[in-house]
Amino acid sequence: MPTECVITGIGCVSAVGVGIGPTWEALCSGSSGLRAISAFDASAFPCSVGGEVFEGDTLLSARNYVPKSYRKATKVMARDTQLAVAAAALAVRDAGLVTRESQQDPAEFTYAPEELGCHIGAGLIAAEADEIASAFVTAKDDAGRFSLREWGEHGIGNLQPLWMLKYLPNMLACHVTIIHGAEGPSNTITCSEASGLMSVGESRRIIERGAAKACLSGGIESKVNAMGISRMGLCNRFAEIDSGDPEPWRAIRPYDVEAPGGVPGEGGGIIVLEDAAHANKRGARVYAELAGFGSAHAQMRTLGIATEFDCGMGAPVEEDEGLTDAIQVALRDAGISPDQVDAIIPAASGVRLMDTAELGALERVFGDRLSEIPLAVLTPYVGQLFAGSGAFGLAVGAMMISEQRLPARIHAGRPDGRVLAGASESVGADLRYVVVCTGSLAGQAAAAVLRRPDLE
Amino acid sequence: MSTDRVVISGAGWVTPLGSDIDGVWQRLLAGEGSIGAIEHFDASTFATRFASQVRDFQLEDFLGERAGRHARSSRATRMALAAANRAWTSAGLGPLEAPEGESQRSPHVDPRRFGMYLGSGEGRMDLDNFARTCVESWSDEDRRLDYEHWAEAAAQYLDVVAELEQEPSMCLAHMAAEFGCRGPVSNCMTACAAGTQAVGEAFEIIRRGDADVMLAGGAHSMIHPLGMTGFIRLTALSTRNDEPETASRPFDATREGFVMGEGAGIVVVESLEHALNRGVTPLAEIVGFGSGADAYRITDIQPEGLGGAAAMSRALEQAGIDPSATDESGRPLVHWVNAHGTGTKENDAIETMAVKHVFGELASKVPFSSVKSVLGHLIQAAGAVELITCVQAIQTGIIPATMNLNTPDPKCDLDHVANEPRDCRAVGGVDVCLSNSFGFGGQNNSICIKRFSA
Repeated sequence: MPTECVITGIGCVSAVGVGIGPTWEALCSGSSGLRAISAFDASAFPCSVGGEVFEGDTLLSARNYVPKSYRKATKVMARDTQLAVAAAALAVRDAGLVTRESQQDPAEFTYAPEELGCHIGAGLIAAEADEIASAFVTAKDDAGRFSLREWGEHGIGNLQPLWMLKYLPNMLACHVTIIHGAEGPSNTITCSEASGLMSVGESRRIIERGAAKACLSGGIESKVNAMGISRMGLCNRFAEIDSGDPEPWRAIRPYDVEAPGGVPGEGGGIIVLEDAAHANKRGARVYAELAGFGSAHAQMRTLGIATEFDCGMGAPVEEDEGLTDAIQVALRDAGISPDQVDAIIPAASGVRLMDTAELGALERVFGDRLSEIPLAVLTPYVGQLFAGSGAFGLAVGAMMISEQRLPARIHAGRPDGRVLAGASESVGADLRYVVVCTGSLAGQAAAAVLRRPDLE
Repeated sequence: MSTDRVVISGAGWVTPLGSDIDGVWQRLLAGEGSIGAIEHFDASTFATRFASQVRDFQLEDFLGERAGRHARSSRATRMALAAANRAWTSAGLGPLEAPEGESQRSPHVDPRRFGMYLGSGEGRMDLDNFARTCVESWSDEDRRLDYEHWAEAAAQYLDVVAELEQEPSMCLAHMAAEFGCRGPVSNCMTACAAGTQAVGEAFEIIRRGDADVMLAGGAHSMIHPLGMTGFIRLTALSTRNDEPETASRPFDATREGFVMGEGAGIVVVESLEHALNRGVTPLAEIVGFGSGADAYRITDIQPEGLGGAAAMSRALEQAGIDPSATDESGRPLVHWVNAHGTGTKENDAIETMAVKHVFGELASKVPFSSVKSVLGHLIQAAGAVELITCVQAIQTGIIPATMNLNTPDPKCDLDHVANEPRDCRAVGGVDVCLSNSFGFGGQNNSICIKRFSA
């Protein structure tokens, strides 16, 4: 009997809420979290709105999600890490796991440290511009320009000693392993949007082979910073939206031929993925079973990039064949046919090049029935979460199965008729299998199949 | 025939010692490193001004005209492409002759069963333009950036290719496109552990039956201003600027930091069944992989080495090797432990404890050395390049030495292969190697490979 893996805890952080409860409420009532960016003065950027993670009136801080003794360490956490630390704590609490976060004595942990793994996908963490700029300006030559010689001599010393440690992508997982005492297998996957789903796929492989009993798994990223927005702006990812726009979500129109683009977001999801036998033994609530997983890659133009830019990857595509393959592998892995899929959570970025390629893949897999399968479309709520996106989708998908309900779709445009993505209220639905899938910036693709846990 | 056996069927690397397998191996055994003054940029005022650099590297030498399309790819990507090219050829995957604009395609592999798992690092920050953007938009009055100005400067100076090439998924994207991998793909960034982790996870993907063949390994170059800056600030680098060639001295009492290196190592990981079906003789078999986390502190290693010990123990357990057992001649079953051995005070002492924890009383009899003494620390590429040295040790029966180990640290009392390689051919060669890679932040990986026998 092969090991089954189930989702027993959800920790998601995004512009629509902290934790799955508030998140679900917002998604069912159709309230977007996009608004003017507050982390810095973004008013001069072409896109000055985004999806930031708040708690009350202030941006979320990891301080509320670590033991007192660890509060000092939050100072060396980049935004991405702070969000991951919060999401992991939420997932652990939601699953009813006892970890080092709440208990000193390892004998009291639900799982021994070596039985708990941690796989958190991450992106390129942008150096905080103010922080590094304050050091750069101490390294100017006589003409007032940045000088490498001056940098070596004076500038370097003006960075805090642990500066680099703040920005290593593995810091998300490392802080989480320390806080929760997770000494099992650990990894940091960096495949842009596919990072989160790939991490969950890897966690499952590890639980299947008995190398861990449970894993904290998912992906988190924040692009709501000057460098992230500039960088992805160069890639034509974002719509031009003014910070004064009272309803910025209206610009995010996945699968609409006139979609102006996406907006930057931050957050993602971390789940507790658990060996079903152990979850049942401890009487855990099971949201959904992770029944299938697939990842693939196709030779193609980097998605969502300016048309004149060619990474040596060929022409823009009508179908992201990597995504096609990933979904088909995941369905096979779950032992189901495309006809059995009741809902899909795609990336639905609202970036035309990406939507086109994604739609092509979905159509290839699901054929004519695609137009009848409801989609959950999350970008108008939270923006683009990059490494957090697939894992956020997975968190929502697990909740959909658990609640047997589709979230509301907010969409101010006219999505392509081949796909069921237009505005709709939240409705109850018979959801046995939900596919969560995403392509990515550089062509990696991943897909997961979630299954209602009571199915025979 | 068991279907879950997995082998290494090809290998390629680009290292500071060169890029041909045998030539690098000979130089490594002779202790002929190439650590010297930094040539990639003006480091004359940096606290550390030397590194272990890949010199005279031209992608054209590997890819011919196809190199042109990668002219703007990151250095790590270009080194990875070259290493993978060699690995592909050495595994007999077929001629490299795809027309311009198309992927290589092996007649021996189904593209959808052909995957890739890399531990490639981020690309170099475009410092000139980034710093210029920052400096020009800094407000001296407010002591912070004026973002109105910044947005304008960024749009003017930042370049889309230079920015995108920093994304840590780009090396994988270029590589998968070049070699036509359409199966499972992934890239991990677990700092210094990534190269080992990538090969280990590729091994597990094949064991699960999700792919037949995978290109796996790591590539990284942090020999650029901000890469050096980060490690200088952490005081992790050797500052022996006057004698760079002997600055990397793992396990020596006078060690005071690691030497930054760069490079790429790629192996072809393949199911044994698939390799045998296409008539290939494996270079070695992968028999165990252990991954774990210290879960201790961001800045310090677990002081008893329990994290590293766990990774080693897990790899050996999967390999079915009892670390406390010996063969009839009294020889331990692990013939070489390739140390993480960075040459920092903390790592080397703690890794010694980890080895003792795993091997107990036998620890003093297990040959142990760090090739970082010659190669430098290739960061995310280290584990993959060092795994290939393990393959070479098995192939040749010789264990490379830790060089510059002249005043052994009493805290590092193991069976060091010091200053001279150890020729094991008289005692039956080298059959089993364990290779360690421990990452900043506490992610630890260890992989165990074995001489292949049917």
